[in-house]
Amino acid sequence: MKRSITRLLMAPSVIMLLVWMIIPLSMTIYFSTIRYNLLYPGQNNFVGWMNFEFFITDPGFIPAVSNTLILLLSVLIITVVLGVMLSALIDKPFFGQGIVRVLLISPFFIMPTVNALIWKNMMMNPVYGIFAWISESLGFEPIDWLSSYPLASIIMMVSWQWLPFAILVFVTALQSQDTEQKEAAQMDGATGWHIFRYLTIPHLARPIAVVVMIETIFLLAVFAEIFVSTGGGPGYDSTNLAYLIYNQALLQYDVGVASAGGLFAVILANIVAFFLIRAVGKNLTV
Amino acid sequence: MTLNQQRKLKTILTGLFAWTVALVLFFPIFWMFITSFKTELQAISVPPSLFFEPTLDNFRVVQERSDYIHHAWNSVVTSFGSTIIALIIAIPAAYSMAFFPGKRTKDILLWMLSTKMLPAVGVLVPIYIICRDYGLLDTKTALVIIFTLMNLPIIVWMLFSYFKDLPKEILEAARMDGATPWDEVVKVVLPLSVGAISSTALLSIVLCWNEAFWSLNLTASDAAPLTAMIASYSSPEGLFWAKLSAASTLACAPIVIFGWFCQKQLVQGLTFGAVK
Amino acid sequence: MKHLTKNTLTYAVSITAAMTAASAFSATQITVATVNNGHMIEMQKLTPEFEKANPDIKVKWVTLEENTLRQNVTQDIANKSGLYDVMTIGMYETPIWGERGWLQAIDTSGNFDVNDILPSIRGGLSYEGTMYAAPFYGESSMVMYRKDLVKAAGMEINDRDSWEHIRDVAAAVNNPEKGIYGICLRGKAGWGDNMAFMTAMANSFGARWFDESWKPELETAEWKNAVNFYVDLLTKYGPPGASSNGFNENLALFNEGKCGMWIDATIAASFVTDPKQSKVADQVGFAQSPYSVTEKGANWLWAWALGIPAATKNVEAAQKFVRWATSKEYIQLVGKNNGWAAVPTGTRASTYANTDFQKAAVFAEAELKAINSANPNDSTLKPSPYVGVQFAAIPEFQAIGTTTGQMISGALSGSMTVDQALKSANTSADRQMRQAGYY
Repeated sequence: MKRSITRLLMAPSVIMLLVWMIIPLSMTIYFSTIRYNLLYPGQNNFVGWMNFEFFITDPGFIPAVSNTLILLLSVLIITVVLGVMLSALIDKPFFGQGIVRVLLISPFFIMPTVNALIWKNMMMNPVYGIFAWISESLGFEPIDWLSSYPLASIIMMVSWQWLPFAILVFVTALQSQDTEQKEAAQMDGATGWHIFRYLTIPHLARPIAVVVMIETIFLLAVFAEIFVSTGGGPGYDSTNLAYLIYNQALLQYDVGVASAGGLFAVILANIVAFFLIRAVGKNLTV
Repeated sequence: MTLNQQRKLKTILTGLFAWTVALVLFFPIFWMFITSFKTELQAISVPPSLFFEPTLDNFRVVQERSDYIHHAWNSVVTSFGSTIIALIIAIPAAYSMAFFPGKRTKDILLWMLSTKMLPAVGVLVPIYIICRDYGLLDTKTALVIIFTLMNLPIIVWMLFSYFKDLPKEILEAARMDGATPWDEVVKVVLPLSVGAISSTALLSIVLCWNEAFWSLNLTASDAAPLTAMIASYSSPEGLFWAKLSAASTLACAPIVIFGWFCQKQLVQGLTFGAVK
Repeated sequence: MKHLTKNTLTYAVSITAAMTAASAFSATQITVATVNNGHMIEMQKLTPEFEKANPDIKVKWVTLEENTLRQNVTQDIANKSGLYDVMTIGMYETPIWGERGWLQAIDTSGNFDVNDILPSIRGGLSYEGTMYAAPFYGESSMVMYRKDLVKAAGMEINDRDSWEHIRDVAAAVNNPEKGIYGICLRGKAGWGDNMAFMTAMANSFGARWFDESWKPELETAEWKNAVNFYVDLLTKYGPPGASSNGFNENLALFNEGKCGMWIDATIAASFVTDPKQSKVADQVGFAQSPYSVTEKGANWLWAWALGIPAATKNVEAAQKFVRWATSKEYIQLVGKNNGWAAVPTGTRASTYANTDFQKAAVFAEAELKAINSANPNDSTLKPSPYVGVQFAAIPEFQAIGTTTGQMISGALSGSMTVDQALKSANTSADRQMRQAGYY
């Protein structure tokens, strides 16, 4: 009896997600094997692996895969490291703690498109951007961020968006840290660093795993920031997989290739997930 | 210096440092806000002007051109609606997984998370065609359904991790008293997890509010949320930074303010089961 | 696929039935999708005038940024979704969609005066002699320069200078210490961004996109010369960050007084001469685009036009609206309300013949000359199989043009050489054309 109730309770979620997965997935698989271009209606013959071959042999393919992974890893490292440090910092009471916290988490609420537009136009513009003004006031040549360091610029924007999320999760976790333990350690003459290293970090293992997991899901599919700011360029310097699919397939409405690219992205995501779960999985509550 | 003084100095230094970091990270938002009160010419002037005569012109233009209330209402309906539906579906699932775990529970959870990995650009056309065939294009229903499904895995997972750490003894005690599973959920589990549920809801609302890919591709005018309004201000021919800032400020303000008010809940609830 | 189509039919039928039932009681509602440029925003503002004249029609607006709009309307028209009744499309889409029968022919009968429309613009919006979209405003490209700076440098600029002369002027005017750059050009990647400019420039160097059998020709000496010249010019005398500058970025630079010269869309003329947004409004001179070996295709031709999808259920109302928005009367209405400098230009000969307009718009003559000199059907020195000056009106061009744009902006930012850029652009274009089945 118990088992049937359990199943019943899970059923809506499982069935809905199953439908959500199977219908688009099977359509995608089907589309990926036919010639299907929105602008050439009626010519939908079976083409086998041609769409996959076309996508994978694209000169932008290798850079796109590596950019996707670099973007993922850099943002993960930046947000986790800075997130841990900042949340440890604001965990102790000081003047205006509440306001500081509010300011720190705000970027998470900003739309990714708006985020990219602000950074591109008002911060990073080499002529009238804030960064250019700062470096000029200091007597340096202004840096043209988006064309000299396109991927780094994207990493900066995305990190700005996700750092607050990491801070939120870590701050929450730190609140539950055992203060008695910390005080005892202090009595025993442990330095701040030691407390951080041997008490705080282990305590944060699980929240870190959570942040890594959730961010990975979103970071593998970063699109809006690239679309709005660099357009994947210059060259293929800031093209990731999602953007490559857009650029090589959707831009000319080739649904066949877009589907093949989408399937490839799923495979990559699963490979990443596999390693990720091995690396941080023991800390996850699954 | 006494130990006490040392400690005080340390607190002040920590505070100063934290304030600096916070102001730097907040600066882009502040700058967007400020720019929305400038004229187009002031917005691109070098060096950037901090002191100027503020104008409400940009907001007037935005109000004239787009029906802000209409878009905002669509955003509210889709993000709140989908979050509520997702919670209703997710709570029973998370409950049963946490309290009656089977051999496959772990696999099911991971599978759920993996449904989020198909990139939107890759499945745009299939979803578009389905929506067209069921007359769902440019309807809030379509967005609510998609947002619900999009966030369901994360919601189930967050709630599951929280439920799993609830002390089992409480539930057993309730069961001894003859509580049905329904009672168990409504009278015991839910009251204990208000914080977790509200923070999960918040996260989901924020993610829906800011979703731009589906909301741009599946709507035209009737169901267009605020993200679509932004798309009508970005990069036209001509100067646009000030007007764009005004539109962005209007689009982001509700969710940012909402977030500020709720950040206490958020901080209490995002435990992911870290409290033991 | 098949049962989907069937479903669509059933739905379409039931929706149409519902719509006809509804329209018996209420006004027809049409949805207009448009790009967020200034002239369209003005049209949105003036719509009440149209609704006053046609009380049975209500107009709903969807304004989007160019790339998003293009994706949305293409998706809509190709899938026959019928969300939009009027779409703003360009000279690129119109012939392609017209060929596929996706657009209603524009009703040019009665007082529409189709012969008043500039011939090159009308040609670019037609397929086999039928006009499938009515031009709302048109543009070509030309040189805009700072008279004061060029004069102070002891130089001068004339119509159809050689590119070498333009380079010399840029060198003479260039003064980065004072924040003045010799020349501003588009560098931001995109088929409608840097490639619009680059293609027109390459045309004048004798290049073409495809040979007569549709093989891409990006690795020819003509392309290499053109791109090398462009990269060299912009690296030496251009503003920092040129590779991410599009129309707007350059407009902002020019209006701030930071450019000696700017070669871009003629529509910019009305912005740079507007003292409300330009610091150099009274110092701007105009000239026809420079060339190298041929004048053919040296300046581009573009029009934003209003088209009516074949799938719309409100053909009549949509036709009425399109005829209103692209009429002489509309231009007069704008002239009366906002002044003649602000009317949408580049569409009708009568606009340029209007003395009020000539007085208000100092750029009128140069603009008309540029538009009339462009011919989308004959824009390359060697014969080419495609229509379009700064693009090729085939579905594949968007992706090919954008990838090539990426590569050239890579060459401009220094992350690859010009030869490498053109080689990989050519490879990519060749792949696309092969995939599409051209050969």
